[in-house]
Amino acid sequence: MTSASFTPGRVARLSILGLGALVFLAPYIFMVSTAGKAQSDIFTSSLSLIPQQWFYVQNFAKALSRVSMGRLLMNGVVVCALILVFQVVIAIPCAYAMAKLKFRAARALMVLVMLGLLVPIHATALPLYVAFDRAGALNSYVALVAPFTISVFGIFLFLQFFRAMPDDLIHAARLDGMSEPGIIARVIVPNAWPAVTAFSIFSVVAHWNDLYWPLIVVSNQAYATPPLGLLYFRAAEAGDDYGALMAATLIITFPLVAAFLLAQKRFVEGITMTGLKG
Amino acid sequence: MADLAAPSTGLAGTVPRAGTPEQREARIAWLLAAPALLLVLVFIILPVAAVIGLGFTDFELGYADFRFVGLENYAELFDDRTFQRSLWNTAVYAGIVTPVSIFMALGLAMLIEAEGIGRSFFRTAYFLPVASLLVAMATVWQYLFHPSIGPINAMLATFGIPGPNWLGASSTVLYSLSIIGVWQSVGFNLVLFLAGLTAIPRELYAAAEVDGAKSGWDRFRLVTWPMLGPTTLFVTTISIINSVKVFETVKTLTEGGPNKASEVLLFTIYQEGFVYLRVGYASAMTVVFLAILVVLMFLQYRVQDRQVHYS
Amino acid sequence: MSALSLRNIEKSFGGNHILKGVTLDAGPGEFIALVGPSGCGKSTLLRILAGLETADSGDILIAGRDMTAAHAADRNIAMVFQSYALYPHLTAAQNIAVPLVMRRLTRARRLPFLGRMMPGQRKAVADIHRDVRDMAASLKIDHLLDRKPGQMSGGQRQRVALARAMVRRPSIFLMDEPLSNLDANLRVHARGEIVDLHRRAGVPTLYVTHDQAEALSMADRVAVMIGGSLLQLASPQVIYEDPQHVEVAKFIGQPRINLIASQVEDGATVALGGTRCRLVDRAAAAGSAVTLGIRPEFVSVSRQGNEGLPARIERLEFLGSEVIVYCRLDAIGETMVAKVTPAEGADLSPGVPVRLTADARHIFVFSKDGSRLAAAPLSSIVTREALHG
Repeated sequence: MTSASFTPGRVARLSILGLGALVFLAPYIFMVSTAGKAQSDIFTSSLSLIPQQWFYVQNFAKALSRVSMGRLLMNGVVVCALILVFQVVIAIPCAYAMAKLKFRAARALMVLVMLGLLVPIHATALPLYVAFDRAGALNSYVALVAPFTISVFGIFLFLQFFRAMPDDLIHAARLDGMSEPGIIARVIVPNAWPAVTAFSIFSVVAHWNDLYWPLIVVSNQAYATPPLGLLYFRAAEAGDDYGALMAATLIITFPLVAAFLLAQKRFVEGITMTGLKG
Repeated sequence: MADLAAPSTGLAGTVPRAGTPEQREARIAWLLAAPALLLVLVFIILPVAAVIGLGFTDFELGYADFRFVGLENYAELFDDRTFQRSLWNTAVYAGIVTPVSIFMALGLAMLIEAEGIGRSFFRTAYFLPVASLLVAMATVWQYLFHPSIGPINAMLATFGIPGPNWLGASSTVLYSLSIIGVWQSVGFNLVLFLAGLTAIPRELYAAAEVDGAKSGWDRFRLVTWPMLGPTTLFVTTISIINSVKVFETVKTLTEGGPNKASEVLLFTIYQEGFVYLRVGYASAMTVVFLAILVVLMFLQYRVQDRQVHYS
Repeated sequence: MSALSLRNIEKSFGGNHILKGVTLDAGPGEFIALVGPSGCGKSTLLRILAGLETADSGDILIAGRDMTAAHAADRNIAMVFQSYALYPHLTAAQNIAVPLVMRRLTRARRLPFLGRMMPGQRKAVADIHRDVRDMAASLKIDHLLDRKPGQMSGGQRQRVALARAMVRRPSIFLMDEPLSNLDANLRVHARGEIVDLHRRAGVPTLYVTHDQAEALSMADRVAVMIGGSLLQLASPQVIYEDPQHVEVAKFIGQPRINLIASQVEDGATVALGGTRCRLVDRAAAAGSAVTLGIRPEFVSVSRQGNEGLPARIERLEFLGSEVIVYCRLDAIGETMVAKVTPAEGADLSPGVPVRLTADARHIFVFSKDGSRLAAAPLSSIVTREALHG
């Protein structure tokens, strides 16, 4: 590509895109920069990106000492993994039955799914909280995971995907002697990986970032998820120690951002697919 | 969980082969759908019914007995200044974030689509906020918005402009939160628009040009905008719903303040229900919240029905 | 004892009567083609036989055993689907092995990892591998065994689908338009191969197609289904030369049979131009409406003389070994098609007035309800006497 092909229109286009990208990335740039600055540095020169003294070690040490970051990340992984496994294992058979088997309740189930798509956790949180409180199950993985074991969105997404699978494939499997659970395990799931991947990304992003429900059911640091932990950290860090705060946000943001950067094609495909199907 | 285990072992074992094939198929379908159905009932249908029911009571957590108060909660909502403020703020927030994030995303998507180089870099850059922990990034924004040591005001100062107290002043807090909201949601919309744009057949643009649509704007009006119709409708609904559900940034940064200038619907519900434990009253608010979602979805279906020529 | 018998199969889908009491028997090793226009119920019948759908009423007997309520997997029926329905995530070898794995290995043995530790497992798996390889060799697809369906051509997929169906030696073999996704050249080649395979395996086969050429060229007997009823089941030759129903005559034969509306005249005769036939047994009263059918190859075209139906040539189709002549009858304005040799067609051209004569021995007479009425030609002398008398 020669410079001659850089017409004025194209230069304008690239400048807008570049400037926009810079603005969108600015928070990350400042996060990384500030995480390495000493308190005095932050107060005097907020616009210079390179720290005057390298304070990364001190800030990270502070961040790690106030809240158990390892614990937070571990909780995040455990909760997201449990939620995902339950959602997939429960949604796939149901979606298969609705998409490929004839039974009278299929239509009623479809109505339930469409209604369910409307109801976010925010709407059901009050009675669920009361119930978990009565059951003495607050501050537990059960409380964090249970309400999300059912994902009507997952059912909906898999349903759309399964409907597009040819009926003959399932007929062939039946003639070949497979049972219905066998068909799900041996034919449907191996051919539904794009949908499963897309749904996994959607689910993990949603539940890794969720603050509302953990905030309600968890008051004990031992079960705090990353967003909740960061909230505790902010509360503990009453002053304006932005160096340590940025170090903490960096640690907590890193896993998902890294996963995204490593598999961004899948991420974007996944979000596009879940978005357009939903 | 014992209830869940029963049908699943039934599946793993042999399904009794009795009755007609239709009956067999229906029975297997029931077994496969049963766990999901049960959980939908337990975690969605019953709680929604409970919320509607609790909305007619004065139930408070910690007090054993409660009574039915009819529409009293709703009457109270009607006079509740905080709740009205919160509804208004939510509407303003959605009114800013939705159009700005949609048109910004559409514009950027078309620029990226037209540009040959850096496609994946730009997509990644704009999408990064979607994959980032919002609570964490809100904290970063709090630093950027800091009135005295924040980079934004420092930058404004170099041009001689006195920066506002972004998150600290009741006149600007909602706009500051909206900026974060836009920043966070553009990438999601952008990716959907990019997919929509890629799906438009090239021949349509060629045909438009042959038919005399000379300027880019003409081609946009003739091809791009109508072809993106379903995507735009979906993005609009999702954006409105997501802005109505704004909570994380408010809880992290402002706690509804200053002076209730950033009270939003979910935050008010959270405060009433889980901090003051007035479950009955908060349930009534939740019913209003649900009603808003239902109306939005209903509007989407109505518009979708009218757009038959797009499908 | 017949290998397969279907008794009075009825099926409706939401008020649509798809199958109206179909009865069909297949002998051991017989190849039956089920042919009919799309929507005639032939695929539904096949699916009911396979156990993928259930009939509203009627019985299915396979090798003398009542299988009406049996599960698809228990009927020991193999099927080749129009789309082939190969498992996209499995290689050709794995695809072919599926029916063997499902039948020969118990549920426990099929478990990943654990199954491998069961006694006798090695032998069972080795047997399956051997059978798959033998099957592949006989269909000449050994070189494809490691490929997935996505990496194969249509013809290759079709062979893998055949192999998967045949590998377990089914008691009945069903094929649902297995050649319709192949291009024309490959299709003719594949016809011969399937017939060959059938001869070698000797498994009774029910072959669904909408292509009459396929049905006539491959099958021992052809079953013509139209509108949910089986109208005739007979050898290809009988189906063509002696159709028992107007719809059968209409559906089979290319170009289509000529059908002319007519009336029974006095003396139980019918006339097509100068050609007359008499109804055997006086099966219909004088004045009742009938349809006369004459195949294009039994219509002769002549530029001279004044016998036969006057017509004008509209269009000629030169097909190499024959010429199809489309004529419009002067009297009733209907089109009549004749098939002539290139020599006969040499002096014909559009617009030319001609006389069309039907061969009386090949006129079919159909009653108003479509059934065939037996008729015999009257000699032309008798005809003339009748005319003058």
